[in-house]
Amino acid sequence: MIIGEQKPLDEIKGLLGDGQKVLVVGCGTCVTVCFAGGEREADVLASLLRMSTKLDGASREVADVTVQRQCEWEYLDAIEERVAEADVVLSLGCGIGVQALAEHFDKAVVIPGLNTTFMGLPTEQGVWEERCAACGQCVLGVTGGICPIARCAKQLLNGPCGGSSDGKCEIDPELDCAWQLIYDKLSAQGRLDALLEITPPKDWTTSRDGGPRKIVRDDLKEPAPAQADS
Amino acid sequence: MHAIEADTRPPDQAADVSLHIVAFCCHYCAYAAADLAGALRMQCPPTVRVVKLPCTGKVDVLLLLGALEHGADGVMVAGCLEGDCHYQRGNLHARQRVERVQKLLEQVGLEPERVRMFNMSSGMGQRWAEAVTEMDAQIGALGPSPLRPMASDGLESLTDDTDTTTHDGVDACVGACSSRATSSASPGRPGP
Repeated sequence: MIIGEQKPLDEIKGLLGDGQKVLVVGCGTCVTVCFAGGEREADVLASLLRMSTKLDGASREVADVTVQRQCEWEYLDAIEERVAEADVVLSLGCGIGVQALAEHFDKAVVIPGLNTTFMGLPTEQGVWEERCAACGQCVLGVTGGICPIARCAKQLLNGPCGGSSDGKCEIDPELDCAWQLIYDKLSAQGRLDALLEITPPKDWTTSRDGGPRKIVRDDLKEPAPAQADS
Repeated sequence: MHAIEADTRPPDQAADVSLHIVAFCCHYCAYAAADLAGALRMQCPPTVRVVKLPCTGKVDVLLLLGALEHGADGVMVAGCLEGDCHYQRGNLHARQRVERVQKLLEQVGLEPERVRMFNMSSGMGQRWAEAVTEMDAQIGALGPSPLRPMASDGLESLTDDTDTTTHDGVDACVGACSSRATSSASPGRPGP
């Protein structure tokens, strides 16, 4: 899932500017699961903003609504009227949700309430860790299901660097060395021979280096209109 | 009869009840302690409104913020002693949420001391009396919440919303815990 965390309240208030009617829009998908921008978090942020407004002696109105999925325009139609009434739309979706709102509602002033942080999973209650860097060319098949792109600070593809010490990474003594994890996993599975083959330099054009990415599935697109018989 | 209703007297008759402190109490310990304090006729400040919950684990951030946003001057959460929660860890979760709310209040600009966690067993009626007295003094030192005059709903709507439990003689005892109610012919309600 996409993991995010809320911006500090002061930063959010700064982004709101002079907007008098604020609509906080939560998202019912990834950011709900990571407790950053779901319905409950939208309720809490709206409450905090209302209290803060009163303490500041201002008169801003703050309401909130949550859609099932902010990153698909179809789900945004349901809040069209409420968005139209708002001076500022404060999105608690990930960066995709913010942009979906901004693209779908031309006139709406949309600001982010979250910092979209990474793609990962909860490793224990209240702890989330990065697991995927969306590099566009998955190598998990040869690394025991452990990603050296997302989990190695140097994104190495052929074993650990000299900074690996006692299974930990030199950048943080609490951080596991991804290549130690890969070695241990393949060793336990009796598949160490998978590491004998040298992985060539990675083609980063499938990652951010190639610019914004796009996938087109002709089989899923709206069919072209039927041609009239001549 | 409902102890919370007893506190909604017209302002001109409630000069001694200027503060509004909401106490979220767990059924098994703190509420029973409040009941005991009432049964023992211990003097407690009449500023505290008790809301009974099955467990303080029910308390979440929004519930605490809601009380403050609607004009409560202080909010106390009272659960079982740590390690003795009837539901294992509900009171530990409650403490985490109280601490979270305190940090959020700092961001908002409201004193974090307006929210506080207490722990006690069902037999600690004396501790309940001490806790509400401490809280009353603490909130009294802070003064009324700056949010209160601007709360459009007032505290009445908040107390109405929290009337979700069935009420029996226990409430009468909690009501009797207030000095006002003890002088009343009908515990939990203001005198005639």
